[in-house]
Amino acid sequence: MSKKYVAGAVVTTPQKKFTKAKVKRDLRKNAVVYLMAVPAIVFFIVFSYMPMVGLLMAFQNFKPNLGFFRSKFVGFKNFTDFFSSIYFGRTIRNTLMLSILDLVISFPVTIIFALLLNEIKNIRFKRTIQTVSYMPYFISMVVVAGIIVDFCASKGVITSAVKIFTGSNQNLLSMPSYWRPIYILSGMWQGLGFGAIIYVAALAGVDQELYEAAAIDGANRLQQCRHITIPGISSTIIIMLILRIGSLMAVGSEKTILLYNPQIYETADIISSYVYRKGLLEFNYGYSTAVSMFNSVINFALLMISNGISRKYSETSLF
Amino acid sequence: MMVEKKSVSRIVFEIINTLFMLLLMAACILPVLHVFCASFSDAAWVLGKSGVIWHVKGFNINGYKLVFQNKDIFSGYMNTFIYVVATTALGMFLTVITAYAVSRKDALFSNFIMFFISFTMLFNGGMIASYIIITKILGWYDSRLAIIVPSTLSAFNLILVRTAMTTVPSSLEESAMLDGAGRMTVLFKIVLPLIKATLATVVLYLVIAQWNSWFSAAIYLRNRGKFPLQLILKEVLITGDTTTTSVNASDYAGDTAIYKQLIKYCTIVISTVPIFIFYPFIQKYFEKGVMIGAIKG
Repeated sequence: MSKKYVAGAVVTTPQKKFTKAKVKRDLRKNAVVYLMAVPAIVFFIVFSYMPMVGLLMAFQNFKPNLGFFRSKFVGFKNFTDFFSSIYFGRTIRNTLMLSILDLVISFPVTIIFALLLNEIKNIRFKRTIQTVSYMPYFISMVVVAGIIVDFCASKGVITSAVKIFTGSNQNLLSMPSYWRPIYILSGMWQGLGFGAIIYVAALAGVDQELYEAAAIDGANRLQQCRHITIPGISSTIIIMLILRIGSLMAVGSEKTILLYNPQIYETADIISSYVYRKGLLEFNYGYSTAVSMFNSVINFALLMISNGISRKYSETSLF
Repeated sequence: MMVEKKSVSRIVFEIINTLFMLLLMAACILPVLHVFCASFSDAAWVLGKSGVIWHVKGFNINGYKLVFQNKDIFSGYMNTFIYVVATTALGMFLTVITAYAVSRKDALFSNFIMFFISFTMLFNGGMIASYIIITKILGWYDSRLAIIVPSTLSAFNLILVRTAMTTVPSSLEESAMLDGAGRMTVLFKIVLPLIKATLATVVLYLVIAQWNSWFSAAIYLRNRGKFPLQLILKEVLITGDTTTTSVNASDYAGDTAIYKQLIKYCTIVISTVPIFIFYPFIQKYFEKGVMIGAIKG
C-alpha cells in the first residue's frame, strides 16, 4: 500500500492536468480517497440533484401515481396560473417586506449592538451581556412560537401592553397589521445577540494601536469609530450584507407556518408558506413546484448579482 | 490603551450604554422568567394576570403532574433522543470521511467533488420535489429514516471540516504513511485529534438542528409513536390540543380552561430545561463555529 503513496508524493503541476495516463494513475493512487467520497456523492445526488430533476413537475400536471414520466406535460401553465393569481403579488410583497424590514432594522441594530458592546470595558459585564443575549437563540422555534402565541393572545402580556395605547385587547395574531412587527421583533429577540457574535469577533481583530495613534492626533470617540472601527469591520459587514441580499426572497416557512392563520394571510402568507400549503396540504404538486422553482431561480440570480457587485467594487466576495 | 481622563460626554455615554445593556438583558430574560415562574404558580392567578410574571405565587406542581400524565411527552423525548443520536453519529462519520476526501490536494477530482457539493448551497429543488423523492421514490413515508438520513450531511458542515483539515500539516500525514499507515488510520489517528474544536462545533450544529426540528416530522410521519418532542410541543402550544392531557385531569374537572395555560407553560419548561443545562458548556463552541464559518464565508 505505502509504496504507491511514495511514488505519488512527487506530484508536479504540469501544463495539462487531465491526460488519460494521469487520470488513470490518480484513480489508482487515490482509490481509497474517492471511495470515501462515494456515500456523500450518492447523498447529494439523491437529496439535492434528484429534487432538481424533480423540478420537471413544474411543467406537468403531476400525479404521484403516474410518476415523472407518465404525468402529462402542460408547458408553462403552472407558472402562468401563478402569475395571474392574486397570490403572485401578495406572496412576493409579503416575502420582500419581511426581508427588507429585516435588512433595514435588524441588520443595522445588530451592528450597533456589537459596537456598543465593544465600548463596555468591564470584561465580566461584557461576557454576561453576551451570554444572556444569545440565550434566546437556543430556544427552539416551536417554543418561541408558543410563547408568541401566548403573549399575543387576547389576555397576553404584549396584548395587555398594546391595549394601553389602542384600548383593544383583540388577539394580535388575528390582525394583519401586527404581523410584520411581531415577526421582525421576535426575530430580533431570538437572533440579536447571536448575530452580533461575528461582529464582536471582527471588532476584537481591529488593531488597538490605531486608536492610540488617533487619540494622540486628537480624534474623538465618534471620529475613531467612523475612521477606524467601521473600516476595520467593513469586510465582515459586506459579507453579511451579500448574504442578506442574496436571500431577500428566501424567507423560511417554519415560523410563518407555526404562527399564521387565514385571517392574516393578507400580510403573513409568503412564498414558502404558500408552496407548503398548495403542495403538501392541497396536493397540488405541479403548481407548487412551479412556484418554488420560480423562487429558487430568483434566489440564485440575487445571490449571483450581489456577489458579483461586491467582488467588483470591494474585493470582498463569497465565492 | 493610554490612560486618558474621561470627559463628561464619555461618562454620560457609558451610563446610557450600561442602562441600555441592562434593558436588553431584561428583554431577553423576562419572557423566559415569565414562563418559568408561571409554571410553578397558582393556575387561577396566572390566568387572571395580564402583565409579566416575575415571581412565583402559590407554589405548586399541579401543572407538571398533568403534563407527566401525557404519554406523548415521554415518547417525544425518546424519539428525539433516537433522532439526535442517529443523525449525529451517522452525520459525523459521513462528514469526516467526505471532508477528508475533498481536502486532498493531490487528488485530481477532489475540487470537482467539492464544487458538486457546494453547488447545492446555491440552488435547490425545493420542498415539494424533495418530498416526492423521499416519499415516492425512496418510500420513506412514516419512516424514521426520512427524519434521520436527509439531515446528516450539509455542504456547510463539510466546508467547515474541510477548511480545518487543510490546516493540518501534510508532512504529518506523509510521515505516517511512510510508516505504513492507511488513509483511514491517518484520518482517525492523526487528522481528527488535531481538529477537535471544529468537530465539536459540527456535532453541536447537528444536535441542535435535530433537537429543534419539527417540520420534516410533520410532513413525513403519520404514526404518533414516532413523533419527536418538538412536534408534540407544536400540538400542545400552537394547535392548542391539550385534550390528551386534560382528559386525564378528572380531579380538576371544570378547571380545564384554567389548567390549559398552565400546562403550556409547564410543557415549555420541561422541553427547554435540557438546553439550558447544556447551554453554558456548548456556548463557546457555538461562538467558535460562527467564526470559523465567517472566515470561510
